[in-house]
Amino acid sequence: MRKTLMGNHAAAVAVRLARTGVVAAYPITPQTQVVEALAEMKATGEFPGRFVRVESEHSAMACLVGAAQAGARTFTATSSQGLAYMHEMLHWVSGARLPVVMAEVNRALGAPWILWTDQTDSLAQRDTGWLQFYCSTNQEILDATLIAYRVAEELLLPVMVCYDGFTLSHTYEPVDVPDQALVDRYLPPIQYPYALDIKEPRAFSALPKPQEYFRLRRRMDADMQRAQEEVAVAEEEFAELFGRRYSAVEGYQAEDAEVLLVTSGAPASTALDAVDRLRAKGLKAGNLRIRQFRPFPTAQLRRFLRPGVKLAVVDRNYSMGHHGIFCEEIKSALYAMPNPPQVFGYVAGLGGGDITPELLCEAWEDCAAGRGDLNAPVWLEDSR
Amino acid sequence: MTVKTSIPATEGLSAGHLACQGCGATLSMRYALKGLGQETVLVIPACCWTILAGPAPMSSVDVNVVHSPFACAAATACGVKHGLVSRGDEATCVVAWGGDGGTFDIGLQALSGAADRDEDILYVCYDNEAYMNTGIQRSGGTPRGAWTMTTPGPAGADRPKKDLDAIIAAHRPRYQATATPAYAEDMVRKFKKARAIKGFRFIRILAPCPPGWKYESGDTVALSRLAVQTGMFPLWESEEGRFRLNLSPGKRKPVGDFLRRQARFRRLTAEDEAAIQAQVDAAWEDFAKRA
Repeated sequence: MRKTLMGNHAAAVAVRLARTGVVAAYPITPQTQVVEALAEMKATGEFPGRFVRVESEHSAMACLVGAAQAGARTFTATSSQGLAYMHEMLHWVSGARLPVVMAEVNRALGAPWILWTDQTDSLAQRDTGWLQFYCSTNQEILDATLIAYRVAEELLLPVMVCYDGFTLSHTYEPVDVPDQALVDRYLPPIQYPYALDIKEPRAFSALPKPQEYFRLRRRMDADMQRAQEEVAVAEEEFAELFGRRYSAVEGYQAEDAEVLLVTSGAPASTALDAVDRLRAKGLKAGNLRIRQFRPFPTAQLRRFLRPGVKLAVVDRNYSMGHHGIFCEEIKSALYAMPNPPQVFGYVAGLGGGDITPELLCEAWEDCAAGRGDLNAPVWLEDSR
Repeated sequence: MTVKTSIPATEGLSAGHLACQGCGATLSMRYALKGLGQETVLVIPACCWTILAGPAPMSSVDVNVVHSPFACAAATACGVKHGLVSRGDEATCVVAWGGDGGTFDIGLQALSGAADRDEDILYVCYDNEAYMNTGIQRSGGTPRGAWTMTTPGPAGADRPKKDLDAIIAAHRPRYQATATPAYAEDMVRKFKKARAIKGFRFIRILAPCPPGWKYESGDTVALSRLAVQTGMFPLWESEEGRFRLNLSPGKRKPVGDFLRRQARFRRLTAEDEAAIQAQVDAAWEDFAKRA
């Protein structure tokens, strides 16, 4: 059924469709509507799962550690400071191999106080052992959440579904809400293999020896690497059932492009417009949308790269003293190629400034004209 | 001679645990499990019991243990309960089992949240009055005058012990009690009782600690008993706000009997001791009014 939903409600609808067992919720702008919508569905009986109004984000994730260990399908949502506050628990969840799914509505971090979007909050959780998906439309928020459960429960690794605060979270778009029966086919009830069993008492997350810890970490990475394949399989089956196809890296006009914009999140849909404008001027422009940040889709990215192509990576996030984070990751991913393309970094829209088609065209043209600096990012300010 | 007790003969704690000799927290676990039975999940934050429960793949207890980070035993326990209920298991008792650091200090927010929501869990604080697992640092549970590694000066800890019981009581829990291992029957009875009640329950155990309190390991039960007999640690319970003293010590022993057997209080002067005595006397006047 087609509905007009804001991004936050698309996430909440997906959680209901997934028949999630336990939701732990704490408010923070711009995520709050996700848990409000679930509270409303709980009140009307539409959402039959448990709804726990915890007193902090740290407790939200701790509550899900307990619930997931007990074998339940779990969900929470957060943003920015809230995500930073639960950082400790993010490591715990992945280390305990719990398939928690979380909506992460991207919002910049203080100080100073800031409400609007950028991706530094979620990208700073790079090493916590969570898969990360970045959405560009409200439809994708719903779809990626369903895919996230499928993948998390297959790999026993947690998944963060990230989308831009306000730009997507508070914006209405037409969204196809799939039938419950179809979702049930895609997402059978959770069968967590290490759920605690009263008849067979065990100790969970007890102290191991260093060698055992080392092996557990190595196994975790192997499963994270396996995620490349598992996510692709889950996306393929999703396409067969629901008719919408996703992949870790999506190209637009990429085949013959001389310079490729590289974007993620909502600006990745703006980039399609920018590419059209550049093409209309006869310029060989294209765009690569990175949908998946962990595991980093190195092989999928390389498939789009012809010799001589240049990449203009537009980051709405930043690692102080270094680069935009996608730019840095892409450089690392391409280093081992025989003739790696030149990668130029553009930083834009930190703290929620608009990333307009004009700004993206400016980045593309700057890169095409050879004005970029391989060693330092260009800071692009929207002058309007 | 055979002594008949009300304590179940079942043992949930095995002999191979890793506790120090004379550990009060270990005796407490033994009695707690006798009262709770096997349909129990323990959630343990960072504390001595992180170690005592055994390194992987061993376990010193015969119930499920879910280890949690320091600040969130209460929240994790809530999650276990909600997860079990969502899967149709209403019967299992979920118990958060933390030390005083994880309860009075870093875990207080999550504990307050769980109590405020009247979550169906039992929170147990085994209070050994300092961060013992990290090697005896001052916590909110440390009494004034006690030596710790972070209160090394001649005056010891310069602030009184935080009144956690009052903080918990302000949340109006379903059940709240104190216990200490010298009074084993009282402790087992309280765990049985707490287990049968639905909603948020809280038990604070005074758990003597030989290396932290600096006394001979054979004196644990004696000190546990003296804490009650001197009136420094009254045994009471409160059900839906109805307060009851469980043991009236009659003529209370002087607090010095408890304090002087512990080298952590070695630097207390006669005036300090008199001040503590006066505080205990005043507290008992309050108890007399409440009970």
